[in-house]
Amino acid sequence: MHELGIVSGVVEVCAKSAREAGASRVLSVRLRIGDMAEVMDESLRFAWEALTEEEPLMRGATLEVEDVHPASICLDCAEEFEHDRFHLRCPVCGSADTVLLRGRELEIASIDIETEDD
Amino acid sequence: MAEKTVSLNEPILSRNERLAAELRQRFAEHKVYVINVLSSPGSGKTSTILATNERLRDRYRAAVIEGDIASDVDAVTMKEAGIPAVQINTGGLCHLEGNMIKQAVDALDQGVGLDAIDVIFIENVGNLVCPVDFDLGENLSIMILSVPEGDDKPVKYPGIFQHAGAVLLNKVDVAPAFDFDLDAYNAVLNELNPRAPRFSVSATRGQGMDEWCAWLSEQIEAARA
Repeated sequence: MHELGIVSGVVEVCAKSAREAGASRVLSVRLRIGDMAEVMDESLRFAWEALTEEEPLMRGATLEVEDVHPASICLDCAEEFEHDRFHLRCPVCGSADTVLLRGRELEIASIDIETEDD
Repeated sequence: MAEKTVSLNEPILSRNERLAAELRQRFAEHKVYVINVLSSPGSGKTSTILATNERLRDRYRAAVIEGDIASDVDAVTMKEAGIPAVQINTGGLCHLEGNMIKQAVDALDQGVGLDAIDVIFIENVGNLVCPVDFDLGENLSIMILSVPEGDDKPVKYPGIFQHAGAVLLNKVDVAPAFDFDLDAYNAVLNELNPRAPRFSVSATRGQGMDEWCAWLSEQIEAARA
């Protein structure tokens, strides 16, 4: 259900942007998804097949996903560090005062479209 | 025929994020503090809200937005306790979204009026995955885990525990009957979300509730200042 909601958002935004750009169809869509967004690739692709089928501009479009690995910055010692989904404490000074820089993205990076040129 | 790339760099849930920003603004204008209550089904969201309201009702006028797949059981419970409540039935959707909250807030505004409300509890659909991605314009998200669910939930569902501004461990009164390893639970949260305060409570027996309510009042006061 989670992935279905995400994909329906993607299809909506991409179809609108493609229409505004005068596209006759969308060839591919590139997403940026952070590891911490807990999105399952398999479910995402299943939802993609189901939902692009219903939108004429999107039919047959391919889906590319760029995984973004988490990174945070320590507010105490300014260390920037990469981490997994579980360890957000600063590895240098042990501080809990850290801010996530990336890793929770749910973004549409770009779309490739085909236009009918004169 | 020509091919080109259109750069978008847009959040997938941009529509929800716009709605959440509008809601946040509206809540601030009416000085309403909003708490998004997250947990699995049956871990005690309703009883925690009731017990919290019981302790804070002299200071804050509360209202509740109930999110469930179906039924109005929880909204009826809230109304019986004298708390204005609006029920949202998501009809299968596993989380609440901004547009649903907007409708519920409109209903509260037409009812008691937003200026007669200090705190809104949003009781989200019982789910440990999907609600995390949907900002509802809240000031605070809290995660309630109950002892019978087991100490391994933060390992299995890191996203929701990482997202929470406070974590409540509920039903601690029945802890002796379960093998809940409090040290293991704390060790995971120390790494996953070291900043969020943790409270051990029993919503129905009252254990730990004063400490939780004292902390919550501080947050509400800080937001109003």
